[in-house]
Amino acid sequence: MSESTAAFLYLVSGVLFILALRGLSHPTTSRQGNMMGMVGMAIAILTTLFLAGPSFGGFALIVVGIAIGGTAGAIIARRIAMTAMPQLVAAFHSLVGLAAVMVAAAALYAPESMGIGAIGAIHGQALVEMSIGVAIGAITFTGSVIAFLKLDGRMSGKPIMLPQRHAINIALGVLLVVLVVWFAATESHALFWLVVLVSLALGVLLIIPIGGADMPVVVSMLNSYSGWAAAGIGFTLQNLALIITGALVGSSGAILSYIMCKGMNRSFISVILGGFGGESGPAGGEDMGDRTIKQGSAEDAAYLMANASKVIIVPGYGMAVAQAQHALREMADKLKEEGVEVKYAIHPVAGRMPGHMNVLLAEANVPYDDVFELEDINSEFSQSDVAFVIGANDVTNPAARDDKTSPIYGMPILNVDQAQTCLFVKRSLGSGYAGIDNTLFYKDNTMMLLADAKKMVEDIVKALDR
Amino acid sequence: MASDTARDTLQRLNEAGAAIRDARTGVERMIGEGVGDATAAAGHAATGVDPFVFHFAIFILAIFVGYYVVWSVTPALHTPLMSVTNAISSVIVVGALLAVGLSASGLATGFGFVALILASVNIFGGFLVTQRMLGMYKKKSK
Repeated sequence: MSESTAAFLYLVSGVLFILALRGLSHPTTSRQGNMMGMVGMAIAILTTLFLAGPSFGGFALIVVGIAIGGTAGAIIARRIAMTAMPQLVAAFHSLVGLAAVMVAAAALYAPESMGIGAIGAIHGQALVEMSIGVAIGAITFTGSVIAFLKLDGRMSGKPIMLPQRHAINIALGVLLVVLVVWFAATESHALFWLVVLVSLALGVLLIIPIGGADMPVVVSMLNSYSGWAAAGIGFTLQNLALIITGALVGSSGAILSYIMCKGMNRSFISVILGGFGGESGPAGGEDMGDRTIKQGSAEDAAYLMANASKVIIVPGYGMAVAQAQHALREMADKLKEEGVEVKYAIHPVAGRMPGHMNVLLAEANVPYDDVFELEDINSEFSQSDVAFVIGANDVTNPAARDDKTSPIYGMPILNVDQAQTCLFVKRSLGSGYAGIDNTLFYKDNTMMLLADAKKMVEDIVKALDR
Repeated sequence: MASDTARDTLQRLNEAGAAIRDARTGVERMIGEGVGDATAAAGHAATGVDPFVFHFAIFILAIFVGYYVVWSVTPALHTPLMSVTNAISSVIVVGALLAVGLSASGLATGFGFVALILASVNIFGGFLVTQRMLGMYKKKSK
């Protein structure tokens, strides 16, 4: 196969990847899109094999490698619980990052196989591209590992604040640039590994100060990084498929980060600098008059909802933790049988990654046309009888709308307090991830249902049966 | 009266939305043509311009394509978007294949082999988990 034919085929697979993303504009076209992505990947792999024409031994090794990795990947994809998607995506990002480092290392030790010169004589441009790819790859790797540990609960979601961390990060960043330039000038293998080491450290330091509430931004950001790393390697290998994909993934992750930041009314910079979320302490709105709450039972909730004409359900991360989505759908079905109109309202940053709640509801067989985004449904709360908040907290806090002193002031919220009655399912009266007291709890039209989300919903279902 | 204003605002919003859509199709068409031009131009790489320039042009244009395509993704599918972008970024496997298949150095083959396994986990895991997720999104029955 000629180089030109190969380049053309790589372009085809790049276009197929674009179409794969394009398919996601609607659930009905999304599976077709995913198939196109698979075809694009198959084309890229086959093209590479034909172009390279490996020896029998090399070919056998390739088959073994794909079989090992592919089997592991397929098993993970089949077994993973939908609630664990954020961790899984973080783990996958780390693999892309590490793969980028490994490919760059292979290119350094065997440049002739990638067509970029010979050892000691790799052209400078390839070295620069390679070191940028490897640096971003290494940052993605350790950063994603930390994000994975935090999301999986193996590490506290609390921000870890090192003294002088900004100074350390800036120093490491400058050191990294110096090392990259030096490496590009000398092609020293030792310097290459120094670049890797510094980047690995930087990845850890960048992510540890970021708190649990900001995880949706972090996951999107690492998504973006993995794309830029792939693009860097793509330039080294002069491979169109990699360059196009890297650009697509990089901009996709950047847009998601932007959407998440907007959903929290925070600037990207302040998220990156970290430290938000996880601290407990009094913040904003001290005098709210009598701080009494109204507590209700499952029977009260069932009675209220069965007699309502419109109920809006607001799910949040707590629903995912309690695995309450199936019970919730059962409750909604019962209410629909009673002639109640049931809708779901999703805040952009509900959960731990973009679209997390939508996937969980889809898993529980909630039809997607019952599920609405914040801007599409927010005006409907004032015409609904019951807002049923389950596992969400900060995204419903009226302080974000009304209290200028609140740290979350300006964040778009779901106006659940405007419903006739707000039912709030919560395990205890603690504050949310942002560490801020929710003024909603003390409103007259709020009824607190203090219990585990899943148990409470199951009890409501039982009460509805009676 | 309030409902009148609301209806009015809604109509204006709709009009604004239509205008944005028009603008976007326009830009998309431009970008589409741009990609075509760039690839056509890439064919003349022999004329002395560094191939890097063409690669870079494609890179920049792909960023723009990505920008518009991703904005059109419905927020409900943002999780599958992340898993599928993850899967496609594993196209880095082409580098691993070259290293394993061609390199004479044992060390490079080793690095390539590790990269190959990691990328394969991602390719299979990423696409299959996306397919599994997308299979769950269903329309209202009836």
